[in-house]
Amino acid sequence: MSERGPHMRTPLGRVRGLGSAKAGTQHFWHQRLTAVANVPLVIAGLIIVISLAGRNHAAAAQILGSPLIAVVMLLFIVSVSYHMRLGMQVIIEDYVHEERIKLVLVMLNAFFSIAVALASAFAVLKLSFGV
Amino acid sequence: MTETTRRPETARPLSPHLQIYRLTLTMVMSIVHRATGAVLYVGTLLLAWWLLAIASGPNAYLTFQSVAGSWIGRLVLFGYTWALIHHMLGGIRHFLWDLGYGFGAAEREWLARATLFGSIALTLLLWIFAYLVTGGLR
Repeated sequence: MSERGPHMRTPLGRVRGLGSAKAGTQHFWHQRLTAVANVPLVIAGLIIVISLAGRNHAAAAQILGSPLIAVVMLLFIVSVSYHMRLGMQVIIEDYVHEERIKLVLVMLNAFFSIAVALASAFAVLKLSFGV
Repeated sequence: MTETTRRPETARPLSPHLQIYRLTLTMVMSIVHRATGAVLYVGTLLLAWWLLAIASGPNAYLTFQSVAGSWIGRLVLFGYTWALIHHMLGGIRHFLWDLGYGFGAAEREWLARATLFGSIALTLLLWIFAYLVTGGLR
């Protein structure tokens, strides 16, 4: 039972903080979580984009600002931007082996994803709250 | 002794490698899944631009529409639609694998073909539908 010597730590405690991003299985799980969410959100997003494609500015602004559409778009933005950040991080970790360059790229990836998400969300919120 | 310890270094088994294995459809689909993901990543700039243009006002929206409505704009948006649908179908394929289905040789091939032809068919249908319903981009 206790032949593992000095190991006071649980199996989970021993593997935490490992992996190239030091985040263990959380990355994998969040990638799948957002992937599942993305399926209905992308279908809804495509319907919204198509229904807005031929309209003038006033109509497009009104539709995007309506509560239901705005909430769907916000969910879409959050889920998609988080999913793409996770995916791009894997690409970076697969191909960039120099530790410092990898770290910088992982940071830039976070900045880009968050900036795109915030800009998009801001636009939707501005349309929702008016003026 | 030194020779026998050094030789295995060059003969070590290699991980799957583009120049080692013959190109198969499933391999290509794996690469395309990653490539479409990377393209979609950059393409979110278009989504942000579209939303910000509408939020900014009629003039900004007109600028967006003139770029998106040009033939290059339409081509990019068409390609983007295909990348999105292909990545989504590829993701559903990965869900099946995560659940333990579809690992057989015949199933793998079938899933790869279904993803490829499904994404092309759905993209075409979506654009035809969009043109019929909305009159397309204006």
